[in-house]
Amino acid sequence: MHVNSRRLLMDRSVPDRIGTTLLTCDVPIQPLPNNEIMRKDFDFPEVSEGEIVRYFSQLSQMNFSIDTNFYPLGSCTMKYNPKLNDEISSNPGFANLHPLQPESTVQGALKLLFELQEYLMEITGMAGISLAPMAGADGELAGMLMARSFLLDNGGEKRKTVLIPDSAHGTNPASAVMAGFKVVTLPSDSNGNTDLMALKELANDELAGLMITLPSTLGLFDSNILEVIQIVRDAGGVVYGDGANLNALLGKVKLGEIGFDVMHSNLHKTFTQPHGGGGPGAGPVIVGPRLKPYLPAPIVISTTEENSTTYSFHSPQNSIGKLGAFHGNFGALVRAYAYIATLGDSLGQVTTDAVINANYIKSKLSDAFDLPYDRNCMHEVVLSAKTLKKDYGISALDICKRLIDYGIHPPTMYFPLIVEEALMIEPTETESKETLDDFIEVMLKIALEAKESPDLLHDAPHDTPNSRLDEARAARQPFLRWKRSD
Amino acid sequence: MHHPDFVSPYIPNTESDRQSMLSEIGVSDLNELFSDIPEQYRNPTLNLPRPKSEFELMSYINQLVSMNKVPGDYSCFLGAGSYRHYIPAVVRSLTSRGEYVTSYTPYQPEVSQGTLQTEFEFQTLCAQLTGMEVANAGMYDGSTSFAEGALMAARITKRNNIVILDSVSPSYIEVLETYTNALEGINIEILSLDELANIDEDTACILVQQPNFFGYLEDMQKISEIAHSNGSLFVVYADPFSMTIFEPPGSFGADVVVAEAQSMGVAPIFGGPYVGIFACKQEHIRQMPGRIVGKTIDQDGRDAYVLTLQTREQHIRRERATSNICTSVALIALMTTIFMASNGKKGMKHIGEVIYHKAHYLSSLISDLPGFTLPLEGTFFQEFVIQCPIDPKVINEKLLDYKIIGGLDISKSIHNGMLVCASELNSIDEIHGFVAALKEITLNLIGEK
Amino acid sequence: MKDYKYSKEHEWVKIESDQIVAIGISPHAADTLGDIVFVELPEIDDSVQQFEQMGEIESVKAVSDLFSPVTGKVVEVNNEVIDQPEKINEEAEAGGWMIKVVLSDLSELENLMSESEYKQFLETEE
Repeated sequence: MHVNSRRLLMDRSVPDRIGTTLLTCDVPIQPLPNNEIMRKDFDFPEVSEGEIVRYFSQLSQMNFSIDTNFYPLGSCTMKYNPKLNDEISSNPGFANLHPLQPESTVQGALKLLFELQEYLMEITGMAGISLAPMAGADGELAGMLMARSFLLDNGGEKRKTVLIPDSAHGTNPASAVMAGFKVVTLPSDSNGNTDLMALKELANDELAGLMITLPSTLGLFDSNILEVIQIVRDAGGVVYGDGANLNALLGKVKLGEIGFDVMHSNLHKTFTQPHGGGGPGAGPVIVGPRLKPYLPAPIVISTTEENSTTYSFHSPQNSIGKLGAFHGNFGALVRAYAYIATLGDSLGQVTTDAVINANYIKSKLSDAFDLPYDRNCMHEVVLSAKTLKKDYGISALDICKRLIDYGIHPPTMYFPLIVEEALMIEPTETESKETLDDFIEVMLKIALEAKESPDLLHDAPHDTPNSRLDEARAARQPFLRWKRSD
Repeated sequence: MHHPDFVSPYIPNTESDRQSMLSEIGVSDLNELFSDIPEQYRNPTLNLPRPKSEFELMSYINQLVSMNKVPGDYSCFLGAGSYRHYIPAVVRSLTSRGEYVTSYTPYQPEVSQGTLQTEFEFQTLCAQLTGMEVANAGMYDGSTSFAEGALMAARITKRNNIVILDSVSPSYIEVLETYTNALEGINIEILSLDELANIDEDTACILVQQPNFFGYLEDMQKISEIAHSNGSLFVVYADPFSMTIFEPPGSFGADVVVAEAQSMGVAPIFGGPYVGIFACKQEHIRQMPGRIVGKTIDQDGRDAYVLTLQTREQHIRRERATSNICTSVALIALMTTIFMASNGKKGMKHIGEVIYHKAHYLSSLISDLPGFTLPLEGTFFQEFVIQCPIDPKVINEKLLDYKIIGGLDISKSIHNGMLVCASELNSIDEIHGFVAALKEITLNLIGEK
Repeated sequence: MKDYKYSKEHEWVKIESDQIVAIGISPHAADTLGDIVFVELPEIDDSVQQFEQMGEIESVKAVSDLFSPVTGKVVEVNNEVIDQPEKINEEAEAGGWMIKVVLSDLSELENLMSESEYKQFLETEE
């Protein structure tokens, strides 16, 4: 492609070009206010519509995506996003609804949200839910604010410490701090389970609670989870579940039933809300009875009188408050609703196949790569390039970049932090055995290349619009927007 | 319950695939893979309806949609943070491309230049629109950007008081409270314009909405001076289209400008997903929350884009991160980027002007109606407050019979107050119809008294 | 033999004159961090305390606290490493110095390691 195809909008801009039509003002022109406050300079692009289409279309072709590539990103659940869900979400009967319309005029939308609430509570075995959080991290913040309110109402003013495993996603400690807590890291043992001894030592009267991902970011279901939960609850703490890995649990276990007080679900992971290049997501917060009064506002309730049911928004009495201007990402919630409706009570099949697929990959790659934890994994498997690094100087990064040459998006690398040269692979249930076999074949080939032609890996990727980038330069000399050149 | 005949198009594995894989894995019984789950809790029933086909689901959705009264079909005069504008066909067309919709966060830049370069364009356009030096790649929405702006000001100034003008939307104040209640030492003070002189050396920032919740422009120059002479930051929540015709907050020395970008190319979609703009001065970039894309070069010297200054963010700095945010609402930001690009310099300004004329024409007609007044003074842009002769709630109920969705009932703030909004999508006929309906409804009801 | 002293947090101290010392991070620390992109240092006249946090240092993918190896007052800051952090990677123990401090208490230097002690310390850390 010609280098000019990367030119920015402002560099393509030519005075008097425009990319859309201007509608006519059909009301009488009104007097404008005094000149002082009117804007004088407005530097904005002037580009024709065809050029915009070509430019943005060409740029899109520089992306990998689920629609075009296999994306085994651990902890991200990059499963196929059904096109039906997009169509439903863009129905004008939903798309044009204003969030502040009278409730009597949006009963269809409210009913959908109410049913989604019911579905998600059933799936997780919980007693209450709010669909308001606009992302997983937003759900985490809500959950921890709720924990805080609950503890304050129950004499827990001194309870300021939240325990978080060393394998946790960064949003966990960040959210806990935003909710006013301090964080103490909980180590994992050599089996990838919570270190029970360490936990017992930290379970004192300053304990606010535990944030734990189940299965963990190692793809492992904590063998001692019941005991972990018991220890925390006995010490007076709240148990928070990071639902990022819910794809491993559908129909196999309900977190509410085993003692979790609160959790969030990432609808853009388990429930097919498209990742969009980095959002939008949705992170409903789902709770057991103890935390139900504190749910973020609003929730949807139903009232049945005589034979008719109406739906309305409701602010729980001890709510932690509003998380955003309105009531959640309806466009994402609709998609999750549609997905659950099309799978219905067969939803458990999703997990069955997600787990089979991950274990299949594990069984085929655990000779060529290191396997830090030799036990059945769940929906994702963590491998390590530790030995390859030692023997041939090939890092997890090199392997990832080489995968790109084979048209496969790299797995999650260098996470969780407790595994050296980590490669976290989550195939999901939407991939066929043939795709998995292709992936396995490529990984084995790369392991061989590591030994025989390591430069191929060090220089990878070779065919992308850009080779490896100078990230240090981007951080040292931040250049964050187009500027008119001197 | 597992329906033996049910095969999902989203799950390719057949029984034969499963058997083959299970034997490779070396287990004979599927349950072995779930043996870590305590037995008494394993395999609970999922009490969900049976799976629906596409056709069945679409039929049901159509039923739900028919229960809604939809703007477009109804004329609508609601604003208050969510605005309906015309969305050019090119926006939906480009943003429905699978390479944008189904791609992941651009952590691997070599396979994400599409996302990265379009986010860089978004950052540029946001900075240009707000008159600021830099902007990030997007936040959840305008209200949370506002709260994050306040927290950033507290970090930068190392002060604890957040002052917010009482003309800011009650919803945004609520969100700010949610964000600050748990933070020890951080206080919120809601002050009127006159009380601003009372800010002290512990005031981190003054938060202002422009135009304010009631639709009217605030005195940016004056508030900026008060803030800066006190060593506080000036943080503004601005309406995007208002900045196409009025001087943006950047021209008044704002330190942080946030906005709700939904009005630029995103359907109202019952409240979300939207996208927040967050812009600030270059000197403060290391305290900015959210994702930031930077320009650099690759090994071959070609221009390239990459997520940068990541050490601010949660995945690296964890409990000391500037924010816990882990999204940039990329796809929605892309919609606004294409909207801004296609309208461009002329189109954006044109829409701003048409909005202004529509709103002012409507207000002049309403102010002539018996019993209705415009209680507030000053310059407004797209929305304004009317004081109704009777409870706005009653008026709004009656308006539905005319297939009109009226303005927002704000009688909690202003007696019998209604916040009315007009956009370029309200035709002159709709405007006349609204005014006529208001007249008829109130005459009838006043007549009844 | 260099007259550098080292702390457990991989900072070095070099006596310049009288009670003034220069402070930086060891080549080992710079290598571990990778390409350094940003450093946050105290300002002139700020006080620093031995083994307490005095600033931060960042590479592309990591951030670390900087701990002062001595107690005293900052008298000079190396603006070169602020403008070009890569200098720390290039010359960690020479041009990559960060701050100069006038010591309150010379005897504090006894709490630090000599070059050979530091080398040994690195080996045990492996």
